[in-house]
Amino acid sequence: MELKSNCPTGPIADQWDKYRFDMKLVNPTNKRKYKIIIVGSGLAGAAAAASLAELGYDVHCFCYQDSPRRAHSIAAQGGINASKNYHNDGDSTFRLFYDTVKGGDFRAREANVYRLAQVSMNIIDQCVGQGVPFAREYGGLLDNRSFGGAQVSRTFYARGQTGQQLLLGAYQSLERQIGLGAVKMYTRHEMQEVIVVDGVAKGIVTRDMVTGKIESHVADAVVLGTGGYGNVFYLATYAKGCNTTAIWRAYQKGAAFANPCYTQIHPTCIPVTGDHQSKLTLMSESLRNDGRIWVPLNKGDKRAPGDIPEKERDYYLERKYPSYGNLAPRDIASRAAKQVCDEGRGVGDTGLGVYLDFTDATKRLGLGKIQEKYGNLFEMYERITGEDPYKVPMRIYPASHYTMGGLWVDYNLMTTIPGLFCMGEANFSDHGANRLGASALMQGLADGYFVLPATISGYLVGIKPGTRITTDHPAAKAAEEAARSRNNRILAVNGSETPTELHRALGKIMWEHCGMGRTEASLKKALQEIPALKQRFWENVKVPGSGADVNQSLELAGRVADFIELGELMCLDALERRESCGGHFREEWQTPDGEALRDDENFCHVAGWEYTGDGNAPIRHKEELQFENVHLATRSYK
Amino acid sequence: MEKHINVKLHVWRQKNAADPGRFQDMEANGVSTEMSFLEMLDVVNEGLIHKGEEPIVVDHDCREGICGACNLVINGRPHGPKERTTTCQLHMRSFKDGDDITIEPVRADAFPVIKDLMVDRSAFDRIIAAGGFISIPTGSACDANALPVRKQNADLAMDAAQCIGCGACVAACPNASAMLFVAAKVSHLALLPQGQPERYTRARSMVQQMDAEGFGNCTNHGECEAACPKGITLENIARMNRDYIKASFLYREETGGGGS
Repeated sequence: MELKSNCPTGPIADQWDKYRFDMKLVNPTNKRKYKIIIVGSGLAGAAAAASLAELGYDVHCFCYQDSPRRAHSIAAQGGINASKNYHNDGDSTFRLFYDTVKGGDFRAREANVYRLAQVSMNIIDQCVGQGVPFAREYGGLLDNRSFGGAQVSRTFYARGQTGQQLLLGAYQSLERQIGLGAVKMYTRHEMQEVIVVDGVAKGIVTRDMVTGKIESHVADAVVLGTGGYGNVFYLATYAKGCNTTAIWRAYQKGAAFANPCYTQIHPTCIPVTGDHQSKLTLMSESLRNDGRIWVPLNKGDKRAPGDIPEKERDYYLERKYPSYGNLAPRDIASRAAKQVCDEGRGVGDTGLGVYLDFTDATKRLGLGKIQEKYGNLFEMYERITGEDPYKVPMRIYPASHYTMGGLWVDYNLMTTIPGLFCMGEANFSDHGANRLGASALMQGLADGYFVLPATISGYLVGIKPGTRITTDHPAAKAAEEAARSRNNRILAVNGSETPTELHRALGKIMWEHCGMGRTEASLKKALQEIPALKQRFWENVKVPGSGADVNQSLELAGRVADFIELGELMCLDALERRESCGGHFREEWQTPDGEALRDDENFCHVAGWEYTGDGNAPIRHKEELQFENVHLATRSYK
Repeated sequence: MEKHINVKLHVWRQKNAADPGRFQDMEANGVSTEMSFLEMLDVVNEGLIHKGEEPIVVDHDCREGICGACNLVINGRPHGPKERTTTCQLHMRSFKDGDDITIEPVRADAFPVIKDLMVDRSAFDRIIAAGGFISIPTGSACDANALPVRKQNADLAMDAAQCIGCGACVAACPNASAMLFVAAKVSHLALLPQGQPERYTRARSMVQQMDAEGFGNCTNHGECEAACPKGITLENIARMNRDYIKASFLYREETGGGGS
């Protein structure tokens, strides 16, 4: 396996334009002869499905939810970056590119990130054209705010529901194409296999989640936009249904999995209350623009927050990072929170929390302004905790929120399986070892609206129209059988542990040993515990009912089985990456003041893992990263 | 403060669309008041699985009140007793020890039951497909600031655009009308300059599709507004009705030639 990035050469600012010009185009009358499968209907999936259908391709789109509008992109709160420089504060394409490469701790591919920064402007134009109701100023022009890891105001937002509005924009464009008959939509369908013929992706196998029917769908190209795998930690800010099955199956069929250990732990989530907890809820990072984060200066100070005088509070982010303060990047803010809680200075019943306090901002801006900017987030906090954040400071704690790792893709967003593409959070390409706020929406839409619709034509011109396999091809039949027997095997175990109990057990291992801080010892321990858990799963899982109708336990069990295997690869990747970078913090590699210590000499590369069969050790391949436009330097937010 | 309560559940169980269905009584004991309603059901379902029984089927996903997947009717109220709160964000602190809790699916002809509490809301998608969009192919937009939008209109559009498509409005309406859902999208786009070219065809097409799906009509009960977890107001229905009436006067058959 070779990880060839296929990045263009020449000055970085001209690469994407030149690349698009050099690429062969598909004849307009031939486009309808090409069938493209898109799995996932989030920002990347819905945007790509709509855009490809507009171009004339025969598009078939699949999602596990009851409607494409429910994909978890909808939950993104804060905003989307674009280097419009509408505020005249010194932004530019190069600055957005620079901030993203630096924010990712120099572990992303320069060419991809530059392209992302370039198309960021087209995204905002497109979304406004669709009627996305972004926040506006009194003059009628678009408002912006600043966000973690940036010193310019480049984040566009729609109250605290930016993801919702962007997704609905893409969903409406998708529904328009469905209404026109240009996209066939399959809801409540879960992808369970990739069909590969002679090393080339030719389709997928799905399970109809209502009838249980296992079915092949063949195509000329398959595109995965299936999101991240952060539910490997069990408790996460992801939707309950988010899973790794699609990309994990692709990995098992020969797609390299890149940097699985790069996971983002978001600093501002509502803390856990008990064992019954099923998910964690994010409080938008935008709150850090006006909220001040603090803990008591002294260990074990159990006084109510209002009773703790100023001089006995530690505004630790402002103290440690005076130039960025509360806007320090997520990985740094999360680790700092963990550190103060580990010191015994955490707040709330569990001691796993820090205050996010709006008292000063309310004095400065007035209650009305705070309500306008953050009202819906405050309401949400109150609904969940029963506490009024206008009166008592919020309590927050870090939680699994995003995964920077994913399927390895080249500049065309194609995996190591020809014909299999991967977009958005499901791929690895743009965020390096840490993602900056308001960059996920940007990447999902960049891939879906602008990048994939351009690059996929370069692949399709190499395929003769009408040479698609049919669903009775032996490879399709074999993939169907694999999916069927896997479900039957799960149903047949009839043990004594529920899929949720096994998932929770996995989450505990991952959070403890492969979470915010990782050591050689902790990872080795996890690598012993996970195979044992895998065995426990296959010997002891209990799933009632049959596979022939709606069976939510069966759905979950299948996903948990894949998460267990992925967890093992994550730990292996974390063990092999003997450095700290971004969200991957190996405690052995830190500066004297506790910051991540990279090893550029030995680890300035992407690790792409090749599957070699169940029970065999996967092979670690490297894609060396070159930094020609941004000087490799130690990140500093001080 | 965390407390533990015991509640009696009466849950609708239905194998499939053809099954007449029935209520099943069960107890949920030692429920933490810090749990969400769905977490309480998770615990009940774990108990059922351990007994080898099929767990209660419920649509849910984000569990943070934004995806719109959950839509239980709790004690006769869509999403339960707490105003402007989805089922997933309803917490057990809203209930008392010893409470009886009846849990049903949304009941509407246009939303057939799939299993237990899960219903088919694809009619909503078909209404959007009929016109709930602005026709702007990727790549054809002008600069985002080329078209200023009055702040007040942008804010009103955003108010309407917050609809999560959960169907609580349909569940609450004695006529099972989808007017609030449809009006939210019609209003969102009608309030923006980008939405003007298709404004009247949109209102007409969406209303026609709504009728074709078998939803009832609006008779001004206002139950939908009271049940909406996102606070979508009746004013949107008035705006849609105005646009719909105007659309029926403005309607002309398309003139063949176009630009070719």
